[in-house]
Amino acid sequence: MPVSLPDGLIVVAKADCPTCRLVEPLLAELAGAGPLTVYVQDSADYAASLPGTLYDQTLEHSYRLGIEFVPTLIRVRDGQEVERTYGWHRDDWRALSGVATLGEGLPLMRPGCGSKTLEPGIAERLELAFGDLRLQSREIDVGDAEDAIEACYERGWSDGLPVVPPTPVRVLRMLKGTSRAPDEVVGLMPPDLVPCTVEKVAVNAVMAGCKPEYMPVLLAALEASLTDAFGLHGLICTTMFGSPLIIVNGPVARAIGMNSGVNALGQGNRANATIGRALQLIIRNVGGGRPGEIDRATLGNPGKYSFCFAEAEDSEWLPLAQERGIEAGRSAVTLFPGEGVQGIVDQKSRDPESLARSFALSLRTVDHAKLALAGDAVLVVSPEHARVFIEAGWSKQRLREELERLLLAPGAELVAGAGGIAEGIPAQFREMQIPKFRPGGLLIVRAGGSAGLFSAIIAGWAASGAVGSSPVTREVLT
Amino acid sequence: MNGHILLDPTAELAPAQRPRLARPASLQGKVVGLLDISKPRGNVFLDQIEAQLAAMGIEVKRYSKPTFTRIAPTPLKQQIAAEVDLLVEGLAD
Repeated sequence: MPVSLPDGLIVVAKADCPTCRLVEPLLAELAGAGPLTVYVQDSADYAASLPGTLYDQTLEHSYRLGIEFVPTLIRVRDGQEVERTYGWHRDDWRALSGVATLGEGLPLMRPGCGSKTLEPGIAERLELAFGDLRLQSREIDVGDAEDAIEACYERGWSDGLPVVPPTPVRVLRMLKGTSRAPDEVVGLMPPDLVPCTVEKVAVNAVMAGCKPEYMPVLLAALEASLTDAFGLHGLICTTMFGSPLIIVNGPVARAIGMNSGVNALGQGNRANATIGRALQLIIRNVGGGRPGEIDRATLGNPGKYSFCFAEAEDSEWLPLAQERGIEAGRSAVTLFPGEGVQGIVDQKSRDPESLARSFALSLRTVDHAKLALAGDAVLVVSPEHARVFIEAGWSKQRLREELERLLLAPGAELVAGAGGIAEGIPAQFREMQIPKFRPGGLLIVRAGGSAGLFSAIIAGWAASGAVGSSPVTREVLT
Repeated sequence: MNGHILLDPTAELAPAQRPRLARPASLQGKVVGLLDISKPRGNVFLDQIEAQLAAMGIEVKRYSKPTFTRIAPTPLKQQIAAEVDLLVEGLAD
């Protein structure tokens, strides 16, 4: 809404700015030539003798005028700004004010100083106080003597680790990380099925420790998790282990400093740690998915604090997101209902056939060595293992096809009771060759440090596909 | 400005002010703790309560803080929480 300004001239100044002090004696002359309003940002002791001087202590006038430098001289006609200049430029001040002899003894030009409205920490507070943005979240007043981090624990907002207290200024900063409106509803958040706004995402991102620049990745991950295909509701509630794992591809991973190398699945990288954690906090706080309540996991897994990493993309192997339909050069997240990490130690295979057999044997243990077509899996191939395949000319697709072939098993070995183990697939499969994974159920990514002939399996929720969860890939937009 | 305001990260389905724990409808079958904070004559007050509760057939356990000038030691708080359903504390002399 346009605000009507006082007609005539407006000067915005700071008492501790030398250029403002330089022009201070001229203000009486300007006041003599017509209406003059002087807004002083830092003191009641500047041009105090002039009737039009106002100490802009809250900086509201300066903020609304969009002042970036002091002094700023503005000409207003019919309540509207028509012209402005900043710093001291004698010719400009003369032209703008119409006082032809203004500042005769002063130098031609002196630069000004930065406006107080732009000082660190002040700009965001002014935006909250006087800007157009209105945060909708309920304000919780924490007592002076209360520790804000403890207050968050007391209210049940934490996953068990300390959270960053979500103050309005921090939430405002977080919202700067996305072009999406704070009141936009991203989707209905299970299990309570309540609308989750971009603002609520930002509040939880603050608590998780995210930087604003992580917001696009977090929003894409949340959207992917809210698709019908991913089936987050059931994943939250299950007695089994799974929980959302986020795999990031494309330039955004490097841009925000994600780790795809040494210890990629481990701790120590802010983006990896906090994006995954933010999604879990949204599940907890917005969705109401708390362990022991609707989250009925028998054991859970450590990834339920946070599980997020980037693929170490390699020119020889198609990145996961591109395999799943995202254009090259674009960024994307893939959500997977992941359990924990199971290592594959193979330090002896030097040819792809041996290593593929090694992988296949290890992959049999997903869910249970006698179960099949249940959980999906992510195979994380380390660079040293990947090199064995790449140097032999095996693409990711070739490796997947070889693994699918190697993982076919005689039903007789898998049926319930076989091998003296009651667990197993139904007896009707006894005479068939049974694949371990459903079509599309084995994902392969490359990640990890450059040393180590080790790869890893991340098993998926045993309820895969239409009856449970399918991996979902979503492009990261701003 | 805004130094002590936090924005609610939840769906705001629960009231901002947490309600007190519900009072039990009856003391029958409950264990009542009596905490003497070690202020003078607090024991006189708690002795009276104990006598009245005992007359009603209610089980009572007695505890005391080492000093009223400090918050209760954590092991004492854990012990009380594990052993009783309700706690009565004599605050002043």
